[in-house]
Amino acid sequence: MRELSLNLLDVAQNSLTAGASLVEIGVLVNTDKDLLNIYVKDNGKGMTQQQADAAQNPFFTTRTTRKVGLGIPLFKMAAEMTGGKLALTSQPNVGTLISANFGWTHIDRMPLGDLCGTLTVLIRMNPHVDFVYIERFNDKEMTLDTRELREVLEGVSLSNPDVIAWIEEFYKENSPLI
Amino acid sequence: MKSLEELKAIRDKAKSAINVREESDAGTRIVVGMATCGIAAGARPVLNAFAEEVNRRGLKDVMVTQTGCIGICQYEPVVEVYVPGQEKVTYVKMTREKVAEVITEHIVNGRPVTAYTIGAYQN
Ligand SMILES: Nc1ncnc2c1ncn2[C@@H]1O[C@H](COP(=O)(O)OP(=O)(O)OP(=O)(O)O)[C@@H](O)[C@H]1O
Ligand SMILES: [Mg+2]
Repeated sequence: MRELSLNLLDVAQNSLTAGASLVEIGVLVNTDKDLLNIYVKDNGKGMTQQQADAAQNPFFTTRTTRKVGLGIPLFKMAAEMTGGKLALTSQPNVGTLISANFGWTHIDRMPLGDLCGTLTVLIRMNPHVDFVYIERFNDKEMTLDTRELREVLEGVSLSNPDVIAWIEEFYKENSPLI
Repeated sequence: MKSLEELKAIRDKAKSAINVREESDAGTRIVVGMATCGIAAGARPVLNAFAEEVNRRGLKDVMVTQTGCIGICQYEPVVEVYVPGQEKVTYVKMTREKVAEVITEHIVNGRPVTAYTIGAYQN
């Protein structure tokens, strides 16, 4: 993948496939620690320990169209290339947390890419799912919580094009990473 | 600051629109493959472009959705178009740039853009 935002989108897709109704995403930078942390936490169907271990190898998938699952191994590789690592914690019927650390200034760290594009495609395609999206750059932080938007929207869909445009604007004005 | 007031205005406008409706299954469906293979090949901008173009042109009974891996990873980004009463058309190696043409020619004028379909690549 050319951008970490694409890995992020891909990992978040797993949460949706797992039937999550709430997905929390964080993109957090701490320059003192030279650390970039990207995590996805969901309340989907989860995995057994055995499945969670297997998911980190590129031969495990519950899909049927192709024999290898690539999403998690690619994300893990992108992290390890920068001296970081990936941690996967999951519990059946509770949910999953996938968290990857990257060396922020490491030469092999892929660019973040279009994080806003990832966020909007997730919301657009899954208007019934709630997303909490957090970005942090040292002490600057932005949070977008679709549950709060939903309260204002009174039944109007989050996938409404004007709502998506509002989210894009909100992102541009508040993201500490752009 | 993007304010919640503006979001309320969007809500009120949406509520008063006559054509408010949720997903329909009667209309045309544009389905974008969004598994790892699709995402890596560039499906995200393609999907966003389809959604924006459908909105920009005010196409009411066209739905843009996503699916997983269709099993032809080497042709990603793959987009399947289902027009009621017609055979499915599979576009391959899609890009943002091709989106407007597919919408105009295929969705609006009813003529699939053969040059971008899987058939054109397999021959
Ligand atoms: N958040 C999650 N909740 C539950 N199961 C998950 C989650 N993430 C991954 N899995 C399991 O791990 C498997 C491997 O995931 P991975 O993303 O690597 O491959 P995949 O989704 O099967 O295929 P693709 O290559 O298209 O991503 C999945 O098929 C699924 O069974
Ligand atoms: Mg996956």
